Amino acid sequence: MGAGHAHKLYRHGHSPVHGLPAHCKIAAVFCFVLVVVSTPREALWAFGLYAALLALAAAAARVPARFLLTRLLIEVPFVAFAVLMPFVAEGPRVHVGGLSLSTSGLWGTWNILAKGTLGVAASVLLAATTELRELLQGLQRLRMPPLLVQIASFMIRYGDVITDEMRRMRIARLSRGFEARGVRHWGVLAKSAGALFIRSYERGERVHLAMVSRGYTGTMPVLDAASVTRAQWTRAAALPLAALAVCLLGWTL
Amino acid sequence: MGGLRNLKRRTLMHVPDGFINAPVSLATGAVAAAAVAVSLRGARRELAGTGAGAVAGAERTAPLAGLVAAFIFAVQMLNFPVAAGTSGHLLGGALAAILVGPYTGVLCVSVVLLMQGVLFADGGLTALGVNITDMAIVTTVVAYGLFRGLVKVLPRRRRSITVASFVAALVSVPAAAVAFTAIYALGGTADVPIGKVFTAMVGVHVLIGIGEAVITALTVGAVIAVRPDLVHGARGLTAPLELRTSPLAAPADAPAAAPEAEPVPAAAATAPRRSARRIWLAGLAAALVCAGGISYYASASPDGLEKVAHDQGIDAKAEDHAAKDSPLADYSVKDITDARLSGGLAGVIGVGATLAVGTGVFVVLRRRKSAATAEPAGPGAEHPAPESV
Amino acid sequence: MDPLSTTTPAPAPSLAVSRLAYAYPDGHQALFGVDLTVGRGERVALLGPNGAGKTTLVLHLNGILTAGAGTVAVAGLPVAKEHLAEIRRRVGIVFQDPDDQLFMPTVREDVAFGPAAAGLRGAELDARVTEALTRVGMADFADRPPHHLSFGQRRRVAVATVLAMRPEILVLDEPSSNLDPASRRELADILRSLDVTVLMVTHDLPYALELCPRSVVLSGGVIVADGTTQELLCDEELMRTHRLELPFGFDPRSVDVPL
Repeated sequence: MGAGHAHKLYRHGHSPVHGLPAHCKIAAVFCFVLVVVSTPREALWAFGLYAALLALAAAAARVPARFLLTRLLIEVPFVAFAVLMPFVAEGPRVHVGGLSLSTSGLWGTWNILAKGTLGVAASVLLAATTELRELLQGLQRLRMPPLLVQIASFMIRYGDVITDEMRRMRIARLSRGFEARGVRHWGVLAKSAGALFIRSYERGERVHLAMVSRGYTGTMPVLDAASVTRAQWTRAAALPLAALAVCLLGWTL
Repeated sequence: MGGLRNLKRRTLMHVPDGFINAPVSLATGAVAAAAVAVSLRGARRELAGTGAGAVAGAERTAPLAGLVAAFIFAVQMLNFPVAAGTSGHLLGGALAAILVGPYTGVLCVSVVLLMQGVLFADGGLTALGVNITDMAIVTTVVAYGLFRGLVKVLPRRRRSITVASFVAALVSVPAAAVAFTAIYALGGTADVPIGKVFTAMVGVHVLIGIGEAVITALTVGAVIAVRPDLVHGARGLTAPLELRTSPLAAPADAPAAAPEAEPVPAAAATAPRRSARRIWLAGLAAALVCAGGISYYASASPDGLEKVAHDQGIDAKAEDHAAKDSPLADYSVKDITDARLSGGLAGVIGVGATLAVGTGVFVVLRRRKSAATAEPAGPGAEHPAPESV
Repeated sequence: MDPLSTTTPAPAPSLAVSRLAYAYPDGHQALFGVDLTVGRGERVALLGPNGAGKTTLVLHLNGILTAGAGTVAVAGLPVAKEHLAEIRRRVGIVFQDPDDQLFMPTVREDVAFGPAAAGLRGAELDARVTEALTRVGMADFADRPPHHLSFGQRRRVAVATVLAMRPEILVLDEPSSNLDPASRRELADILRSLDVTVLMVTHDLPYALELCPRSVVLSGGVIVADGTTQELLCDEELMRTHRLELPFGFDPRSVDVPL
């Protein structure tokens, strides 16, 4: 995780994709995924085209394929789930090598795998090319309530601080010879979690004091209102628009 | 932190893109947005200052909710080892609702989900509505409703808060699974029959719920022991002030003075509480019957608990069988026959746990009732001595 | 400034606290009539044992707590609801834990927070931020996230966040806590170079002696002593009564106080 500039998926760079305003990118990725999800699963070739579009975007962002592919692992649990579907789904069945598989289940597997993977890949690409700060500002510009953006920004800012506190508490436990091995030790761990909550809450109160002391009255001052050019929107829209064309073809063909 | 193992558990309920069709995804997105908007208002009230300085709630919302979200985020990474390298962790919906209130709870869990989706590609962007609806809204609302209900009917003790937290968390997780099934029924993209999804999801999540319940109850108990004022769900439950009768006072005065010692709200609340209690009891019974029925269904139709349930639940089972010190461990990673067996046993454990909790609640209630009949004799009888911190 | 002028002669003192009393909502009374005047440009140390009411007093200075009785005025302006915004601009409090104070994602945004809340925008705001960061020697770190800085750097940025508001008075809560000797000295140099009024709450008596010509002792919710720092630290009886202890081997008499 990590606050401020870098986060786990971010990959520093100066590509045209990095340079796009965050809210354009968020909107583009969201629309792209939405289009992908709406595509009929029978249009196999459409998903191939989507993958090609993403590959183009990744190339423009100068994100290496290896980076992108390893980050896709987050999807693994659902792959496991999807792979089981042919066994449990109903409807006509086909027999492959002694296994009885449901055709609609196979389609279901394909559907989830293809759409899920494209979705994760698009999100990874977004996260890889956008700084955390920009992401939050982008969300705010997309009319996410400012209070929600503030909460998210505080969560990011203090995520590390609190994780650090948790780590220190663990070291303190270890140094006193305590190592949680099983259920019997849950009480001790829960006490740590409780203490962590109290510390977090109290820190929240202190942060609030510090903010009020500097003139905070409930709204964050909006600092930079960089304007977005039409060209930037057009460039960001290229991905979802191309996808939309593919999707429409998928429905009509 | 990282590691695939850890990751796997975290994504158990994070629905990816493509799992639910576009119209239902958008509809749940609207539901989630509306709920978050309502929560934004509610949270201001919940987080309004009680302590130093009369400060408006709006000012405190961002820092406090942000820090609580960071806490939920961190505590999800705290591993509770079960045995042999397996470990469980908290989902946090119930905990957040009990500690900071339902609105703030919804807000914090939603923000955590949002950040996980945007920063870690964990849970699809279009599935964000689905994820927020079942993991942030359903868990917190169910947990808080149940918690408040239980707190009202149980005796005013700290132990009751722990019991209520346990039950609330226990039910909240399968409730989320039920919500997920409902969403799936509306917009699922695969042809897996609803019955199977239902048994698989709910059966597995009853088990996860047990782990969640134990951890939540212990954590709430730990906070209550140190800073009871910080537990939102326990507000208004502060023990009435204790009066120590001076030996110098005339003995005739003592019984007259004692009832006055009770703070007004507590005294005033006694009568309505009694009548409201019946309603709450009925609600509680209904909830318990539901929880029991779900588990029963899961165990009564082992055919339904097929490999999906089994595989999806590997972690959960590994966690929970050890929690019960049962011999289930050997069954959880083998093939289909064993999967059914373990699925069936899982259901039985679910029923057993629900029944145990139910019985416990009723035993406590009966004791409370007999204590209540003796209540007029002395108000001191039901109030525990002030506990040292 | 004359270190011996214990009562302030300045016409409009930076801070004028008079008969201030306060009880928390739970009934616990923390202040019992505090009188304190700090003249413009003075550097004063506020000493006192734990639980003396130091923090409570500090929170009154910018109106976070509202006086139960008595008054607080900052440069002639009384602390009251109607001019809280101006009061909070004039009184810059640097809290003890810089992590509480630095809540924005980058140093620049954090320093800009106060002036921006006061309505400053654009180039003027940028200039203010740069100026404040330069004064604490942190201008090169403007785009860094606060948690990537060392503790000493974070404390300096915390001072900058407050300086950016051009305060009338700078209130520091335990400025030297958790600092290594080098950071401690760097902070002292910075504080000495500032031309603002400073009120410094501290347990670090040598630091008080080094930086503040004048000290006041708050104990039991009232000011029990007010004088030159060296005088107070040499008063063994006073020090003992109020649980103030000098570090081992430190003799305030032997120190040549820089002015």
